[in-house]
Amino acid sequence: MANNAKTISASGVEPRGPKPRPMLSPRNIMIYGTLFIVAIYYALPLYVMVVTSLKGMPEIRLGNIFAPPVEVTFEPWVKAWAEACTGLNCNGLSQGFWNSVKILIPSAALSILIASINGYALANWKFKGSEVFFTILIFGAFVPYQVIIYPIVIILRELNLFGKLGGLVMVHVIFGMPILTLLFRNYFTSLPEELFKAARVDGAGFWGIYFRIMLPMSLPIFVVALILQVTGIWNDFLFGVIYTKPDNYPMTVQLNNIVNSVQGVKEYNVNMAATMLTGIVPLIIYFASGKLFVRGIAAGAVKG
Amino acid sequence: MTSVSIQNLDLNFGSVNVLKQLNLSIEEGEFLVLLGASGCGKSTLLNCIAGLLDVSDGQIFINGKNVTWAEPSERGIGMVFQSYALYPQMTVKGNLSFGLKNARMPKQEIEARVARAAEILQIEPLLDRKPGALSGGQRQRVAIGRALVRDVDVFLFDEPLSNLDAKLRAELRVEIKRLHQKLGNTMIYVTHDQVEAMTLADRIAIMRGGLVQQLASPDEIYNRPANKYVADFIGSPAMNFFEGQIDADGKFNVGKLTIDLKNYDFADGTAKGEHWLGYRPEHVVLGEAALSMPVHVEAVADIVEPMGSDTLIWTKIEGHDFRIRTDGQQKVAAGDRLVVGMDPRFASIFDKTTEERV
Amino acid sequence: MAGAKQPVRILRNLNAKIAALPMIATALVIFVGCTVWTIVHSFTKSRLLPKLEFVGFDQYERLWSTRRWLISIENLAYYGIGSLVFSLTIGFLLAALLDQKIRFENTFRTIILYPFALSFIVTGLVWQWILNPEFGIQHIVRSLGFESFVFDPLYTPDIVIFGVLIAGLWQGTGFIMVIMLSGLRGIDGEIWKAARIDGIPKWKTYLFIVIPMMRPTFVTALVLISAGIIKVYDLVVAQTNGGPGIASEVPAKYVYDAMFRSQNLGQGFAASTMMLLSVLVVLIPWAYLEFGGRKNGK
Repeated sequence: MANNAKTISASGVEPRGPKPRPMLSPRNIMIYGTLFIVAIYYALPLYVMVVTSLKGMPEIRLGNIFAPPVEVTFEPWVKAWAEACTGLNCNGLSQGFWNSVKILIPSAALSILIASINGYALANWKFKGSEVFFTILIFGAFVPYQVIIYPIVIILRELNLFGKLGGLVMVHVIFGMPILTLLFRNYFTSLPEELFKAARVDGAGFWGIYFRIMLPMSLPIFVVALILQVTGIWNDFLFGVIYTKPDNYPMTVQLNNIVNSVQGVKEYNVNMAATMLTGIVPLIIYFASGKLFVRGIAAGAVKG
Repeated sequence: MTSVSIQNLDLNFGSVNVLKQLNLSIEEGEFLVLLGASGCGKSTLLNCIAGLLDVSDGQIFINGKNVTWAEPSERGIGMVFQSYALYPQMTVKGNLSFGLKNARMPKQEIEARVARAAEILQIEPLLDRKPGALSGGQRQRVAIGRALVRDVDVFLFDEPLSNLDAKLRAELRVEIKRLHQKLGNTMIYVTHDQVEAMTLADRIAIMRGGLVQQLASPDEIYNRPANKYVADFIGSPAMNFFEGQIDADGKFNVGKLTIDLKNYDFADGTAKGEHWLGYRPEHVVLGEAALSMPVHVEAVADIVEPMGSDTLIWTKIEGHDFRIRTDGQQKVAAGDRLVVGMDPRFASIFDKTTEERV
Repeated sequence: MAGAKQPVRILRNLNAKIAALPMIATALVIFVGCTVWTIVHSFTKSRLLPKLEFVGFDQYERLWSTRRWLISIENLAYYGIGSLVFSLTIGFLLAALLDQKIRFENTFRTIILYPFALSFIVTGLVWQWILNPEFGIQHIVRSLGFESFVFDPLYTPDIVIFGVLIAGLWQGTGFIMVIMLSGLRGIDGEIWKAARIDGIPKWKTYLFIVIPMMRPTFVTALVLISAGIIKVYDLVVAQTNGGPGIASEVPAKYVYDAMFRSQNLGQGFAASTMMLLSVLVVLIPWAYLEFGGRKNGK
C-alpha cells in the first residue's frame, strides 16, 4: 500500500500519468478470495483421491482423508491395476482399460469420419429433406437413452453384434452422431461459402472438395471432435453395461464393480487408486487440450 | 455473336420469386455490369449463370450452348469472388492450377497457363506464397488469375472490389478495365457501386426486385433513365424531383413555378396530367448565368457542404428538397439567396403512376 | 439442346445423398423408429420378451402405483430443481467473476471445469468416499471436537438425493460456467462502455441489462441441464446404487432395472415413455421459442 500512498494523497498532487490501481483493493480481495475458495473446493476431491490412493489401509483408518500420506505407497495402484476383484474375477482394472481402448479407437474414428461427412453434406450440398433429417437427428439428441436402448438390443441381436465390441462401437457411433454432426455442420457452414463455389467452378466434386479443400482447413475442429469423443466414450457407463458381456466391460463398468462389490473388506486406498486410474485418461486429455476442450463442449451448446 | 443469353429465367426460393421472367443477352466481348441495391437479385443472377444455383425455370446459353443443367466447371466461365475465396492451404500457384488439375490437363500446359496469367497480372514473385501472406490487392489479383488460367470466354465478377479500401479499389478498377481491353473476353460484373458501373461498363443492367429496370449504356442510363427508380438510383447526390402537373400547353406546374417543356425530348411527343419532373443537381446553373437559362427561380441555401472539388447546396423550391452541385470554387454560405437556373432539356419526366419515363 | 444431360431428380447430388445415408438411417431407424417402437410396446404386457399383446394403460397404472417409481420421480424433482437453481446461479456468478478481466483466468477456469471431464462413475465414487461418515467430512469435523456433528447424507434416506446433488453440481457447474462465460463475452463491449458513462453500477448493469440480453444463453443452459437431469443414472449407481433401501432411486435406474434385471419390459417401456414425455415438456416450448424467435429475427 505504501507506494500507492503518495499518488492517492489528496495533498494537492495533480493527477498525472496512469491512474493508480492498487492490487489489494477491496474489489480484488473479494474477487480473488472467492475464486480461490471456489478453486479449492473444486480441486479438493482430486486431491483426496490422490492422497487416499497413496496411503496404506492402517493410515486411512486412523487419519483423516485430507491429510497427506505419512508413508507413500504405490501398492494400492498396483493392486487396482492387476489384482482387484470384480466378483470372482481378480484381474484388476487392466482388462477394463484395454477393453476401453479397444472400444474407443474404432468408435471415435468411425463416428468422427461419418459425422464430418454428414456435416459437410449438410453444410454445402443441401438436398431436399436434408434439413428435415438433421432436425430429427438433433431432436434425437434429447430423447432419453432409456427410450431407445431396448430396441437397439433387438437390432444388435439381429445383426449378431449383441454383447460384442462391434455392437458397442455401433452404438457409440449412433449416439455421437447428433452432436458431432452439429459440430461439423456449423463449422463447415462458417467457412466462406465462396470458397466452395470457387472449387466448384474449378471442377472439384463432392469428394474432391471434401478431401482437398475442406479437410485441410478443418484440423482444429477434428481435434475438438476427437477430444469430445474420447472423453465421452471413455466415460460411458450405460452403453457399456448394456451392450457388452463381462469379458468386454469397459473400464468404467469394471471400476464400479470393483468399488461397489459387497464382498470382502473395503480397501479404500485401492478403490481410490482404481478411480484415479479410470479418470486419468480424460484428465490428461483435458489438461493437455486446454482451450480446445472448452471449445468442444461449448460447440455442443451453440444453437444449430 | 451473342456470348451469354438468358431466357425467361425464374428463380424461386420457396414462395419468394428472386428472379422473375428475366431476359438478358450479352454480346461477345461486352462488359456488362449488373447494378442494384442489395437484395435486388444481381448476385443471384450471377450465381445462376455460373451454375452455382439451380434455376426454377428458363434457360441459360453460353456461346450458343444450353448450359442450364451443366456443372459450373463445364460452362466455360471463370469467376472472381468478393472475398477472393482463395484456398488458404494452397500456394498461389496451387490456387491457380487447382482447376486445371481437376480438368486433368497435362502438366506442361498447366505450367504454361499459370506462367502466362502470372505475367499478365504481374504476380510472378508471389507464386510460392500462401494467400495469408498476400495483401488485399494481391489476393484479388490471384483471384482474377484463377479465372484467367481457365482460358474461358466469360468472366464473372461478384463484387470483386468491395472488400478493398477506396484507393486500392480505384486502382484495381482501372486494372480490370485494362484487362478487359487486353483480353477482349465477355465480362459480367456485379456491383452496388455506381462509379464502378459507370466507369467499367459497356452496358449496365439496373436490377430491382428480380427484374431488369433498364439495360443500356452508362451514358443513356445517366441521361435518359427509363424510370424514376433508375433516375433516383444513379447519380450522386440523387436527382431532384418535383411533383406537379403538365397542362394543355405542355407546361409543367409545381406551385408557383412553371417550366415550359417545349424543348424536352418526349418519347411520344406529348404528355398531360400528374407527373414527376426530375432534375440532376449537377445540371443546375447558379449566379449570372442562371438568368439566361430557360427556367430560373430564387432559393435560399439551407446547408452548404463544401467538398473541395465541388460544393453541395441544399435548398427548398416550391416545398420540395432541392440539391445543387456546383463548382467547389463558388463561395456560398448558408442563408445566401441564390438564383437557380435550369434547362428542361436536361430534365427527366416520369408518369406519376407508372413512374415510367415519358 | 446439346451439351447438358437431363438431370434425374434422385441422382442429383447423389454423392451427398449417399454420404448422408448413415445420418438418415440413424434419424429414421433409431431416433424415430425405436422411439415409436418403445411407445407402442409400453401398451403391451411384455415381460421377459417384447410381445404385442395390448393391455391399454395397465402398465402406466401399475407404474404410478409403484412406490419405487414414485420415489424416483420425487428424487428427480428434488435433484432437478436443485441442479437447475444452483447450476444456473453458481455458473453465472462464477462466469461473472471470471469476466472481471482477472489474472489467472485460465487457471481458475481449468480447475473449475476439470470435473466435467471425469465420468459420473468416478465422480460418484469420489464423493461416496468424501461423504463416508466413518472417514469423510463428518469424521473430520467430529475429530475437531464437535462430537455431535452429523453430516451423513448418503446413509440418511431423507436427504440422500442431496448427497447425489452435491456430486452432480461439482461435476457440472463448470460446464454451465463456460457457457455463461461465452454468453457474457458475446455481449457487445459498447454496452459496458455506455453503462459506465451513464454511471450505472456494475451489479445493476448485470441484473437489468446483461442478464436480459443473455436470455438465449440461459435458455440453452436450461435445456442442457434439463437433458442431463433426466439422464442421471451412472452417478446414482456409483454413489449409492439407489440406496439406502430405495431412497435414491431415479427414473433412469428404474427403467434399466425393469428391462434388464427384473424381466419386466412393459414397466421399463412405460417408465421410459414417461421420461420422454417429461423431456418433451421442456423441449417443445424451447423449440417453439427458438424457431419463433428466429422467424422474428430474420
